[in-house]
Amino acid sequence: MKKISLAIAIAATAVSGLAFHASAEPVDEQLFIDGQEMISRAPAPEGHPFDEVLSGWLFREAETRAAEADSFANPGMLDVERGEEIWATVEGSAGKSCASCHNDAAETMKGVGARFPKWDADAKRPIDIELQIDKCRVDNMGAEAYKFDADEQKALTAYIKHQSLGMPVKLDLSEGEMQSWWDKGKDVYYTRTGQLNLSCASCHEASMGKYIRADHLSQGQVNGFPTYRFNTGGLVSIQNRFRGCIRDTRAEMPKAFSDELLALEVYVTWRGTGLSVETPAVRQ
Amino acid sequence: MNLSKVSQVALAVLFSSGASFAADVAPGDVKFQDLAVTTSLTGVPGNPEEGASVFKDRKLGNCLACHANSSMKSELFHGDVAPTVDGAADRWKPEELRAIVTDSKQVFGSETVMPGFYSLNVGVNVREDLVGKTILTAQQVEDVVAYLATLKE
Ligand code: HEC
Ligand code: HEC
Ligand code: HEC
Repeated sequence: MKKISLAIAIAATAVSGLAFHASAEPVDEQLFIDGQEMISRAPAPEGHPFDEVLSGWLFREAETRAAEADSFANPGMLDVERGEEIWATVEGSAGKSCASCHNDAAETMKGVGARFPKWDADAKRPIDIELQIDKCRVDNMGAEAYKFDADEQKALTAYIKHQSLGMPVKLDLSEGEMQSWWDKGKDVYYTRTGQLNLSCASCHEASMGKYIRADHLSQGQVNGFPTYRFNTGGLVSIQNRFRGCIRDTRAEMPKAFSDELLALEVYVTWRGTGLSVETPAVRQ
Repeated sequence: MNLSKVSQVALAVLFSSGASFAADVAPGDVKFQDLAVTTSLTGVPGNPEEGASVFKDRKLGNCLACHANSSMKSELFHGDVAPTVDGAADRWKPEELRAIVTDSKQVFGSETVMPGFYSLNVGVNVREDLVGKTILTAQQVEDVVAYLATLKE
């Protein structure tokens, strides 16, 4: 009896929900950035909870989608240009810039954004782009590591990832101990946190495609990070987004680049296997 | 810590929101039976108007984040993570609604996305200032239940 009435209630929501939101479905559209086709839907890798992985672009409003499709309309491209300047700027006691060793990023950094985080044999843990930048600054340039979310860190990360625009995300989990970090990341993903008692999966898996207040819930993919957000008027890093989502469950936020968040970054990046790198993606 | 500090802390705990009062049933003592909680958590009848405010307040129930509600049309942005609460009182008795709001997991199972609003069965790493506190007070739960009981179709 109760089951039946609940089913009716759910069917009724599907209809009445239309009164509040344009559509609960991801759009059936193809993303082209400056004419270059992006893979915004891809068959999920084995062991993935979904059949298909979907770019967050498909869940955004028309004007936000349009801003990402045209690099002149994408404010994040200004940060990418800033990143290009930093790339060529000499800093630190060794008198070097990134370009001194890596030359033209369009060649040497192509593909990097699609295969990071990777295994770092020196640190014996995975390394993401932000940490790799710091590693080169400290070890190779005699400069200081950036503070978490420094504008330069976000701009340089966006510049490096942008060199892989359109390339499909693919991690090598056979390197070093990547697999056990993936396992740990998966645990974090399904662990409920905070007073609201929600896990990443509560929102981005169980409720994917639904609206939570005004927000259309996507799969929570990271293929477009750092993303440009109109709300805050600047780039948002992956780890900042993770921390924000955890804070919203009324939990303490783990430290940036902690084992917990690094493992989560490995696992969540894998969940987007096959999607094109879209950095810098645009969000509202 | 001297004695007056101790009593200050005790008072702060007693009067901060989410802390339970002596007369309230403590979160861990709520008795669930047949998917219902028959005894009032406070002994004070719920106020449906207060309950409506708790329902829409983003800092309190924030129920609209997940539930659409036709009787709150003027509020922007109703979520659809969950079924609409329209007609909830036709589907559930007040004691069942009390169980759902107090700790939804007792009714829908451990996998439900709905938070337990008067439960200490919460996630890991709870924000420090919220440790040991429930989302709503016992009286706010009674108020919300009284409000839900008015939702008939
Ligand atoms: C003195 C030379 C030198 C400088 C300067 C330097 N790097 Fe590196 N970089 C290296 C070497 C050597 C490696 C490979 C070994 C390693 O990972 O440390 C590397 C690796 C990298 C990688 C990983 C590439 C891959 O294919 O996996 C990235 C990304 C990178 N550097 C970015 C930067 C950035 C950004 C800067 C400027 C902030 C910079 N590097 C400055 C020498 C340098
Ligand atoms: C209470 C619901 C909720 C929970 C729990 C939650 N998120 Fe989110 N998350 C959101 C909302 C809302 C957005 C913005 C809309 C969207 O892209 O889904 C978002 C966005 C994201 C994005 C950006 C997606 C994009 O394309 O820009 C990522 C990545 C993300 N979340 C990861 C996570 C991870 C990892 C966790 C677990 C630590 C998590 N989220 C937990 C609600 C949640
Ligand atoms: C994070 C999302 C979320 C929030 C916030 C939430 N709920 Fe729910 N609620 C659900 C889900 C999901 C269900 C459906 C049961 C299930 O599938 O687990 C549900 C079911 C219900 C039901 C039974 C459905 C019916 O037949 O009407 C009632 C009543 C209810 N919730 C009331 C509330 C009230 C009152 C609040 C605020 C104090 C609230 N909920 C907040 C997610 C939520």
